[in-house]
Amino acid sequence: MNLRTPVKEARGLGSAKGGTHHWLMQRVSAIALLLLVLWFAFSIAINAGGGYEAARAWIASPITAGAVILLLAAAFYHAQLGLQVVLEDYVGNKAVQLAAVIAVKFLAVILALTGILAVLSIAFGG
Amino acid sequence: MAEFKLPKNSRVGQGTTWPAPEGASNVRNFRIYRWNPDDGLNPQVDTFELDMDDCGPMVLDALIKIKNEVDPTLTFRRSCREGICGSCAMNIDGTNTLACTKAWDEVNGDVRVYPLPHMPMVKDLVPDLTHFYAQYASIKPWIRTETATPPDRERLQSKEDRAKLDGLYECILCACCTTSCPSYWWNGDRYLGPAVLLQAYRWIVDSRDETTGERLDDLEDPFKLYRCHTIMNCTKTCPKGLNPAKAIAEIKKLMVERH
Repeated sequence: MNLRTPVKEARGLGSAKGGTHHWLMQRVSAIALLLLVLWFAFSIAINAGGGYEAARAWIASPITAGAVILLLAAAFYHAQLGLQVVLEDYVGNKAVQLAAVIAVKFLAVILALTGILAVLSIAFGG
Repeated sequence: MAEFKLPKNSRVGQGTTWPAPEGASNVRNFRIYRWNPDDGLNPQVDTFELDMDDCGPMVLDALIKIKNEVDPTLTFRRSCREGICGSCAMNIDGTNTLACTKAWDEVNGDVRVYPLPHMPMVKDLVPDLTHFYAQYASIKPWIRTETATPPDRERLQSKEDRAKLDGLYECILCACCTTSCPSYWWNGDRYLGPAVLLQAYRWIVDSRDETTGERLDDLEDPFKLYRCHTIMNCTKTCPKGLNPAKAIAEIKKLMVERH
């Protein structure tokens, strides 16, 4: 039986005094992605049909490698922030929600690192 | 928690049809959600065929006509019948609005009348707004100051500062916006919802209130505030033409400003 008052329920555990950083970073990373994705799409279009070796050489140039690494970092950072919000919205079970959020964050780090190391290994001629 | 299918006890069935009186020439069908907590049955949609030549212009007029002339057990809230009390908020023709300011003439075909969505129910068109009101109370919707009131006059406010309350003070807390918000449907236990956040902003932006920082502290929360994803249903549905989404955006801007 629930004998708590409605205001007790509404106040709950109070304010977490957080969330602004998450919200802001989602938007900042979105701005970064807007620029990086436009650059990436444009570059791919220009270099289309150049062949494998040309693509490797393109990736290996320091400016391209730097920008692609930034793109990968921003994309996975933005993705895990967004997916966290989706999971908090739609997964009601607290334990499942926490596990899913942690899994998403781990996966984002693994995928971002894999992509970045791939770019570096090309850049350093691996 | 997201629910993609209604629970078994909430599935809506076909209800009774109440035929129009003999000789009625201008007949409109009102399809109205009915649920009685006492009969143990699922909700159903009753069809009332009304003679519109003998009915006032608003949906509320039709509901009162049904209650007076057809089925006195039809249950709904109403008081002022002029859009200032917010009692008759319900879902008409798929949109949350006030029955007293919505003309049935504006609806094409059958007039579908449902309660405000995704709320616990009391009966028929009456949702239980207890939690909504408790959330409103939780933001302390009254002036809070340290400075004592001047002994000889009111707390003064410049015309510019007073103008900042326009578009906020008109909110009648009908809950149309809050119950139209998917974020509130899924996380209404913690998310405050557009109406309460608009009211919170009304006190944040009030030049006479001295607890702006505390008010922002109380809202700075991933669930209380940041469940708003700018879906904009609130602004689209507000029967008073207010913009709760903008009020929430202003709160977020202040959060960033002091971040």
